[in-house]
Amino acid sequence: MIRDWFKSGTPWIWLNAAAVSASLIIVLGLLALIAVRGLGHFWPADVMQAQYTVPGSSAVTVIGELTDTESVSLEDLHSAGYTLKTDKLRVDRHLIKTGNRDVIGSDFRWLLEAYLSDVSYPQNIIALERREWGNFYGYLKTIKEDGKVVAEGDASWSELEQRLERVLDIFEQIREIEKGAIGDVNYAIEDLRLERRRLELGGEDTPENLKALVVKRQQFQKEYEVLQIQLNELYRIINRDSLTAEVMDGRVIDISLAKLVRIYRPNDLSVLGKVGFYFVRLWEFVSDEPREANTEGGIFPAIFGTVMMVLIMSMMVTPFGVIAAVYLREYAKQGPVTRTIRIAVNNLAGVPSIVYGVFGLGFFVYFLGGNIDHLFYPEALPAPTFGTPGILWSSLTLAILTVPVVIVATEEGLSRIPRAIREGSLALGATKAETLWRTIIPMATPAMMTGMILAIARAAGEVAPLMLVGVVKLAPSLPLDGNAPFLHLDRKFMHLGFHIYDVGFQSPNVEAARPLVYATALLLVVVIIILNLAAIYIRNRLREQYKGMES
Amino acid sequence: MVSKNGLTHGINLDALNRKQQAMDINNETICLETDALNLFYAEKQALSDISIRLPEKRVSAFIGPSGCGKSTLLRCFNRMNDLVDTCRIEGNILLSGENIHDKKIDVANLRRRVGMVFQKPNPFPKSIYENVAYGLRLQGVKNRRLIDERVEKSLKSAALWEEVKDRLHDSALGLSGGQQQRLVIARAIAIEPEVLLLDEPASALDPISTLKIEELIHELKNNYTIVIVTHNMQQAARVSDYTAFMYLGELIEFGDTDRIFTNPRKKQTEDYITGRYG
Repeated sequence: MIRDWFKSGTPWIWLNAAAVSASLIIVLGLLALIAVRGLGHFWPADVMQAQYTVPGSSAVTVIGELTDTESVSLEDLHSAGYTLKTDKLRVDRHLIKTGNRDVIGSDFRWLLEAYLSDVSYPQNIIALERREWGNFYGYLKTIKEDGKVVAEGDASWSELEQRLERVLDIFEQIREIEKGAIGDVNYAIEDLRLERRRLELGGEDTPENLKALVVKRQQFQKEYEVLQIQLNELYRIINRDSLTAEVMDGRVIDISLAKLVRIYRPNDLSVLGKVGFYFVRLWEFVSDEPREANTEGGIFPAIFGTVMMVLIMSMMVTPFGVIAAVYLREYAKQGPVTRTIRIAVNNLAGVPSIVYGVFGLGFFVYFLGGNIDHLFYPEALPAPTFGTPGILWSSLTLAILTVPVVIVATEEGLSRIPRAIREGSLALGATKAETLWRTIIPMATPAMMTGMILAIARAAGEVAPLMLVGVVKLAPSLPLDGNAPFLHLDRKFMHLGFHIYDVGFQSPNVEAARPLVYATALLLVVVIIILNLAAIYIRNRLREQYKGMES
Repeated sequence: MVSKNGLTHGINLDALNRKQQAMDINNETICLETDALNLFYAEKQALSDISIRLPEKRVSAFIGPSGCGKSTLLRCFNRMNDLVDTCRIEGNILLSGENIHDKKIDVANLRRRVGMVFQKPNPFPKSIYENVAYGLRLQGVKNRRLIDERVEKSLKSAALWEEVKDRLHDSALGLSGGQQQRLVIARAIAIEPEVLLLDEPASALDPISTLKIEELIHELKNNYTIVIVTHNMQQAARVSDYTAFMYLGELIEFGDTDRIFTNPRKKQTEDYITGRYG
């Protein structure tokens, strides 16, 4: 009976199905976990107000968002100095995000459930997202213009909303001038400085040449002064308005409207309002720049850097790997030498990635980059141009890391093309090279794309080597912008993977950073999936062309 | 009419409704010629001492049991064996009196003059049009009208035009096996070779497609020297003017088809065509 069952193969089918299911569950569970943890961060939680009474001291008012709850054993609490009269073995404690780091000193507090009383959710609690010091929670008192009170009590909220719009508008203008116009002028002035140095080095620093530079420089200087005046004016008017608000311990503080990003009354928001708010914050996360040591704001530069680095990497690795594979498979005499090379290539794929990072630093950055600087950018020395980590070297390092994948996949594809096709082409009077270019290579493109997909998947997730060859915590400018030559391969860049490291390990504000780690991880996965889907789409379109040819 | 068939178990040539007349090799212009040809794969000898003269604008068939070297011999004529690393050739092969192994001969050029069609249809994964135009494009022909004309002419010669004229730009892989094989023949004759080598061109096809290919061979004979390798003795008898029988890498007998099938001189030939072995 049992033997028949085994012979029928059913147990194997079950075993295989179980293995597949387990893998699927693990993957989906992982995605679900980071999705829930990450995406939950953007939901505007209700802000509660409660009395917190530690026995032996007077009650204090606590205002904040409930972010987490966990149960702790009584024993642990006792050893931590708490004395709690209860017959339960475990008690709950809550993590409250109280905000107001500037007043209280920290953003988060653990509160014991047992000491909490009078929990309420007042409608008029306001939450302010600020450019520094994190969130503010409390009650709005007055709105001031140039120090004089213009609104008080209930009227002040609508007044605040109106005035904030104006302030945000001005802030946008300031940013445009600072990042855009002044950035461009600075870039141009720096260019002139290098130009002058170049002339000096070349011995062409004739008075006429220098004079021309000085004239240009003065022109830019004038532009700069005009902008500076505009900027000063904007800074003056943006600081006109301020508000006063009461913090949970009763203190009243003054906050300039210029410091605000967004205001809302969490307990007053309808579900629809919260959903809208949620998407606004989500959008900010993917489209904006980071603030406050990367713990607030968005991560757009990191997304941009990751995608760009991967694209540059695949543009370099694919042709290189394909050409190597074509030689290895089509031209090289098959024998011990090619076998050795193949083994070596396969082993390269197994070398730890940090080793590539060290190699990239030593070879690309110091050696290649250093020499490029001496040859082509002597005017900038001793400040390095390419002799310092940057996106080009990162891409190249990852290209070396992934080249074995492309070689192996391409070779596989080339070897699968039927002999009959080659012979058919040769029999028509094609040379070997013509056969390759007109028939074999086009037919092997899907395999090359597969190699590229694998390379992208590998490269996008790699962080360790990048830390040595170009990734930074905060890059002042993107590697692609409006200043000629537009593509700045020498610049350092931000990367989602490194952002996770940075936020997770280096952040001064652990509790605030934790959800961002999940959110960034989720985004990294999404970016990799999108990159892969794009490549798979292209491959499938190519495959369509050669349908029926794969055997 | 007295039957020419003197064999007891052989092929009834009369029944095949052949159009050929008895021929004499001495009256023919010789197109391809081998002289004491030996061929080795590594240490193994695959062809030994083959001397054969193939006439111009005639169909010559190679018959013989599997592994006797028919295809190997065929592939010598356009130097396809060059692709096999371990292959070594001794002796001369002459195409219209020129040694094809001469240093002055460009292999690609030789293959342009000696076209080949393989056992299994091997169209490129391109459109029907591009398949036929492939050889022309290789020669650097850019003139669209000229290519159009040649494609049409070749497809007509290969008796495929009527079936594909409305879908020239569809993938060639969508054609049936028989159509693909005719397409491959069209592809080969588009560059107007002098010789057409057919390596069991109908062995992977159904009887109706086979018939079409055979009719095609009959038509093509007027313009090309055709050498065909076949397993099928009826086919050899039907389409060929001359037949060579090979056995274990040796050329046993070569002569006009009528004679080979009615009055073989060698015992081995008679045994083979009467079905006693092979």
